[in-house]
Amino acid sequence: MTRYDAPTHWQSRYDHFIGGEYVKPHGGQYFENPTPITGQTFCEVARGTAEDVERALDAAHGAADAWGRTPAAERALILNRIADRMQENLESLAVAETWENGKPVRESLAADIPLAIDHFRYFAGAIRAQEGSLGELDDDTVAYHFHEPLGVVGQIIPWNFPILMAVWKLAPALAAGNAVVLKPAEQTPASIHHLISLIADLLPPGVVNVVNGFGVEAGKPLASSPRVAKVAFTGETTTGRLIMQYASENIKPVTLELGGKSPNIFFDDVSAASDDFLDKALEGFTMFALNSGEVCTCPSRALIQQGHYADFLATAVDRTRAVRQGHPLDTDTMIGAQASNDQLEKILSYLDIGRQEGARVLTGGERADLGGELSGGYYVQPTIFEGDNSMRIFQEEIFGPVVSVTSFADLDDAVKIANDTLYGLGAGVWTRDMNTAYRAGRAIQAGRVWTNCYHAYPAHAAFGGYKQSGIGRENHKMMLEHYQQTKNLLVSYSPKKLGFF
Amino acid sequence: MADPVSAGAQFLPDPVGAGARFPPDPGGAASPVSLTPAAAELIRSLRGRHGPLMFHQSGGCCDGSAPMCFPAGEFRTGASDVLLASLAVDGVPEPVEFWISKSQWQLWKHTRLTVDVVPGRGSGFSLEAPDGLRFLIRSHLTPTPTLTGRRGNDESLDQP
Repeated sequence: MTRYDAPTHWQSRYDHFIGGEYVKPHGGQYFENPTPITGQTFCEVARGTAEDVERALDAAHGAADAWGRTPAAERALILNRIADRMQENLESLAVAETWENGKPVRESLAADIPLAIDHFRYFAGAIRAQEGSLGELDDDTVAYHFHEPLGVVGQIIPWNFPILMAVWKLAPALAAGNAVVLKPAEQTPASIHHLISLIADLLPPGVVNVVNGFGVEAGKPLASSPRVAKVAFTGETTTGRLIMQYASENIKPVTLELGGKSPNIFFDDVSAASDDFLDKALEGFTMFALNSGEVCTCPSRALIQQGHYADFLATAVDRTRAVRQGHPLDTDTMIGAQASNDQLEKILSYLDIGRQEGARVLTGGERADLGGELSGGYYVQPTIFEGDNSMRIFQEEIFGPVVSVTSFADLDDAVKIANDTLYGLGAGVWTRDMNTAYRAGRAIQAGRVWTNCYHAYPAHAAFGGYKQSGIGRENHKMMLEHYQQTKNLLVSYSPKKLGFF
Repeated sequence: MADPVSAGAQFLPDPVGAGARFPPDPGGAASPVSLTPAAAELIRSLRGRHGPLMFHQSGGCCDGSAPMCFPAGEFRTGASDVLLASLAVDGVPEPVEFWISKSQWQLWKHTRLTVDVVPGRGSGFSLEAPDGLRFLIRSHLTPTPTLTGRRGNDESLDQP
């Protein structure tokens, strides 16, 4: 076990990062940034307004043209250098991310930061390998297709993985040759600045700009600006619709990732043997507690086939009770804090409605008080509800360590329950039978179906939603095209006129 | 926060038309949406600074499942939405409309919603976030499993 000290690298105050330097907010105001670990404020952050967004857009537009014309090999080299710098500072980034968000440091050390590093490397490789195309239309006529950057893009980042989600959006946008204005979530505004402090010297000024502030004051001017060529957003449906509405006014594209209510399906044959696979499946069930449940693809509905329902669920309850809750900077801690007080309150409101609707609490169900300085933090016990798919706890994203369990009869029943949701982002299928896995995976209306695994987020596997879960696919080279225009040169090599005139 | 109080909102039964506004419940007591005093106070304060207001109930991840408060008309409702209530708030000259997407209401309609306020840090583009506050929904079961098909004078489904 290692217990990291609270990070000491924080500045007492963070301004906006615009044009390669730190710039004070136009309105002169700052807001307090607490750590969810103790609830205590550890820095102040600039409260951005439309004037700050304009200034960042000026800087981005000043840098975009040269960055877009920078050879792909050179852009890729810079992304690789960013990855190297992050690798050299992995521990300090992981500790910063945990202090900012409340997640257990074992996750930020082993998942968040390594995935972010690899994401830069992946898009560095993808842009080198990307080619345009040509179509030989006839002997004299050729259609050439070139990829061109969009120019300046706006990105609005969620608070559940403040660094990783920023990198998911930054890496493809930068690889494709765009300049970026990025707004971190106001709940987690600081850790991205720790990353910037490590990599600022690697990027030309103005290519990446960070404007902090509240959604209504800084996010809206960014999302509604006619000076951004595209907006990327991860968050909830109402803001997603609002961003589409603003984009429609400017006729700009958007990519949206808006969450889900992911089913995790355990067929009877999972329990056919007491072996490593069963152990892995039980871990897969318990994945609802990863990142304190604050994941858009949290496996928050567990569907267990009737034949092994009682035995599997009893073991899963034991497995969940063994989840160690504690100080997030302790490497033995498996579940840390929720990211904010309002998130804690929302989760508690769902624990309430779940009970009102008659769901049984099999374990957890309460706020956790961990004592000492942690008493001021925002902790919830990992919770298993047993109920029916029509209940609100089965239909809404709680965004906490809460799983709602029900049973199913057969494959068709499993697919019916799995698809009975407004969303379609992730799903899990667990079975020893490859045909069952294939049929279920193809029938589930979700963009990602983890098959005999869960919560893996490697680059080069497309991630995005069906139904109300959003538009676009991140994590894959196809995201490059969400940050590119297509230029067609239609060229005639014939010296002869057409003969119309 | 304090117990919810009826804000005198008008109940609009489960609509079947596109974004339709149904005749209000004559009694006005069975609104699916009510406000705590703290929420009403915050609405008064925001109304003074931002003009007429509206709510749209969100779903999905991150700040999802929270009621988002915007200047009236900022969020464009349409055929996929339901107007749940027009909330009368003391000191606010016009009713504050409370909307939700029709598909989401299908899943929520067996519950009544109380808009409360908690200390908070952010909530999409909702107006209250810079105040260090956040609107929060507290839910209560209605006495019947569904309100589908209910019409204004069907008193048997009204009272908890």
